[in-house]
Amino acid sequence: MGAIPAGQSLYERLGGEAAVNAAVDIFYRKVLADDRINYFFEGVDMDKQAAKQKAFLTFAFGGPNQYSGKDMRVGHRHLVQKLGLSDVHFDAVVENLAAVLTELGVSGDMIQEVAAIAETVRNDVLDR
Amino acid sequence: MPDITFRGQTYTALPAESVLDALTRHGVSVPCSCRNGVCQTCTMKAEKGAPPAAAQEGLRDNLKQAGYFLACMCKPQADMTVALPTEVIEPRISAQVSEKSELRPNILRLRLRAQAPFLFRGGQFINLYHPDGSVRSYSIASASLGESSIELHVRIILGGKVSGWLAADVHVGDSVTLGGPHGDCYYQCSTLDQPLLLIGTGTGLAPLLAVIKDALLQGHRGPIHLFHGGRTAADLYLIKEMRALAQANANLSYTPCVVENTAQDAGYALGSPADVALATYKDLKGVRVHLCGNPDMVRSCKRKAFLAGAALKEIHTDPFEAAGGAVKPQAADAAAPQALQIPDRSAAAKAPQAAAQPAY
Repeated sequence: MGAIPAGQSLYERLGGEAAVNAAVDIFYRKVLADDRINYFFEGVDMDKQAAKQKAFLTFAFGGPNQYSGKDMRVGHRHLVQKLGLSDVHFDAVVENLAAVLTELGVSGDMIQEVAAIAETVRNDVLDR
Repeated sequence: MPDITFRGQTYTALPAESVLDALTRHGVSVPCSCRNGVCQTCTMKAEKGAPPAAAQEGLRDNLKQAGYFLACMCKPQADMTVALPTEVIEPRISAQVSEKSELRPNILRLRLRAQAPFLFRGGQFINLYHPDGSVRSYSIASASLGESSIELHVRIILGGKVSGWLAADVHVGDSVTLGGPHGDCYYQCSTLDQPLLLIGTGTGLAPLLAVIKDALLQGHRGPIHLFHGGRTAADLYLIKEMRALAQANANLSYTPCVVENTAQDAGYALGSPADVALATYKDLKGVRVHLCGNPDMVRSCKRKAFLAGAALKEIHTDPFEAAGGAVKPQAADAAAPQALQIPDRSAAAKAPQAAAQPAY
């Protein structure tokens, strides 16, 4: 992000870390309430999971986060192999993400930008 | 340039280099993922030297106070000695048994006087060491300040190693060894007006009692509601005392809950304390929640309380894991046998030489 002037990046426009903090509980709550995907989160430690959600949101908001494709693959592989994690589930997560941003009053254009960043990890998450 | 000591080896950090980068550069591998202070995978504990505030961003308050920090965000200003959370050796102290009494059949009240300075928050838990090295965790029922002893409620388990020893062989005047304290199930409201919802089974009452005492001592004004449950009324204890305390404090409510109301007593709500509480309070936005006791109850209620609107960082839990289940990873709990009201916790039993994992 070094080349982009401060205040111009998507992350800055969204409100930076404060925006992530505002979004993380709402996002996690939506995911847990969504029967299409909540079974992937059965039995996980909620505090650790919330930290991961925060890392994901920071990434999707264009913030500082060095996600590597390898992390994404290794972290989700067991879900792909054992629980059949697939495109429909990835779509559901992105849909929830967009709903959170709408709820927080974020413009449609910026929601598109966030969705586009999230899209870049689809193939890594789905291990293909 | 600051030195970083880890596992007895000392490594020099470059100016403005993080603990994580310095250790990695020296070929030392520690867990990490995002490298940006978000995912908390690289959490470590400072045993010497204070971590900068920026390295503790996002951690729970009790972990901050205990010196935990994120290695990726920690640029040390001075020398530090650091450890992985799983490798922390907890300091132990001696304590003398000053009281041993029966709260009800099979539940002991122990009061211990620490023989060295021992700072704790009421509701945290300590590890109590059997002479052969076995260890069990018990929650502190004392208020954080103003009580000269550490009060524990010990359920005596048939064949229980530590509880059986405490019941049969430990007497007033004897010394025992304890370590800790651990956990974040203590009174920590953001304001004196925040509503407090306390839910516990069995000896899960102990930490909740401490939270109530601290809240009242600090002049808490918001509503406090305790739901304490057992299978039958015979599983509950301190009922009269809790009723009197609620009578004396307008903002404190107490609902004893039983699954089987054999005595047809109108003084008890019917159902598990979690079900009764969540049926009473459907919107938990802004409410601070404490959950203690049966681990299945604690886990499912944490999720329900979060979905009902409680902030995740304002839900404090103290699951009483079975000592026998220590080898079972926490995530694999779906098939766990129904073990209602088991008082001993596994965290410390898992690694007797190391501290129980902090609350995460």
